[in-house]
Amino acid sequence: MENNKNILNIALADDDMDDRMLFEEAIEEIEIKTKLSLYNNGQELMDALNLPNVILPNLIFLDLNMPVKNGMQCLKEIRMNPNLKGITIAIYSTSSSEKDIEETFVNGANIYLNKPNNFSKLRKSVERVLQLDWQYHTSNLNKDNFLFRL
Amino acid sequence: MKINVKFDFKVCCITILEEQLNKLNIPHVVHGPGEVEIKKSLSSEDLNTLSDNLNSYGIEILDEQKVVLVERIKNTIEEMLEGDEAQLLKVSSYLSDKLNYSYAYLSNLFSETTFTSIENFIILRKVDRTKELMANTNLTLTEIAFRLNYSSVAHLSGQFKKTTGLTPTMFQKIMKRRKENSQYSS
Repeated sequence: MENNKNILNIALADDDMDDRMLFEEAIEEIEIKTKLSLYNNGQELMDALNLPNVILPNLIFLDLNMPVKNGMQCLKEIRMNPNLKGITIAIYSTSSSEKDIEETFVNGANIYLNKPNNFSKLRKSVERVLQLDWQYHTSNLNKDNFLFRL
Repeated sequence: MKINVKFDFKVCCITILEEQLNKLNIPHVVHGPGEVEIKKSLSSEDLNTLSDNLNSYGIEILDEQKVVLVERIKNTIEEMLEGDEAQLLKVSSYLSDKLNYSYAYLSNLFSETTFTSIENFIILRKVDRTKELMANTNLTLTEIAFRLNYSSVAHLSGQFKKTTGLTPTMFQKIMKRRKENSQYSS
């Protein structure tokens, strides 16, 4: 029990297999202890979140462009569901369109992370997201204003 | 109908603590939102009840020495950012004076436990205050910079951009749209 409390549960929904693998490698190199669950698209993620008695992730990384159910739809569903409202959402996308960024924030995303183009940047960015998430869960910071673009 | 409310977290926390302790007839002195002195030894049954009751408010009784010290560091930073006299002092001497540990020790402990340096935490905390004032008051950025002891509005807006990746204007626009968006006006 004691130990579980210090492990950050993380989910990633991304339809690109290479991106999922790189992400997994990056997160393994980070000092913060994590447990990562991977999903191939938005629908798989949502199905998992809605299972009865599921241990919810603290933090979800969401790709925007995915088949079946895209990241924006997931984001909206998560933010409308009282059980899921507290989860930190980091958008993880190749899009750097200002419109996409603004829309995801307006719909309740906490972090917007552009997919970095090399591994060391990826590792650093993911680490920063984890640190921010950790601080917002353990400090007296206002989660309503939890907005960062990396 | 919709009303907006503003919280004084310190008052909220202390009031809840007092209420819960009185409910169980536990003699106590509250030293601040993070520290309570219990005037008798508690049975483990009482301690469990208290812990359960507080948990429903999101308040947790800490038992690990390191975690307690990190909380005290955070609370001291909080006081420092709110008080006036402290602004003139260096963070390192302020913390080591208040907590009676060397700054090197506090700083290592903090990084080890929270994965962030004290300096980064202070910046995050100040940016959070800035966000709070921008979202919930009509203060201008210049007024906020003055209130939070930034040397200039340019310094504040530079640190805001560097830390959050957003300009203050963009942040305000998003918060305004979120408020208009009915699902966020809970």
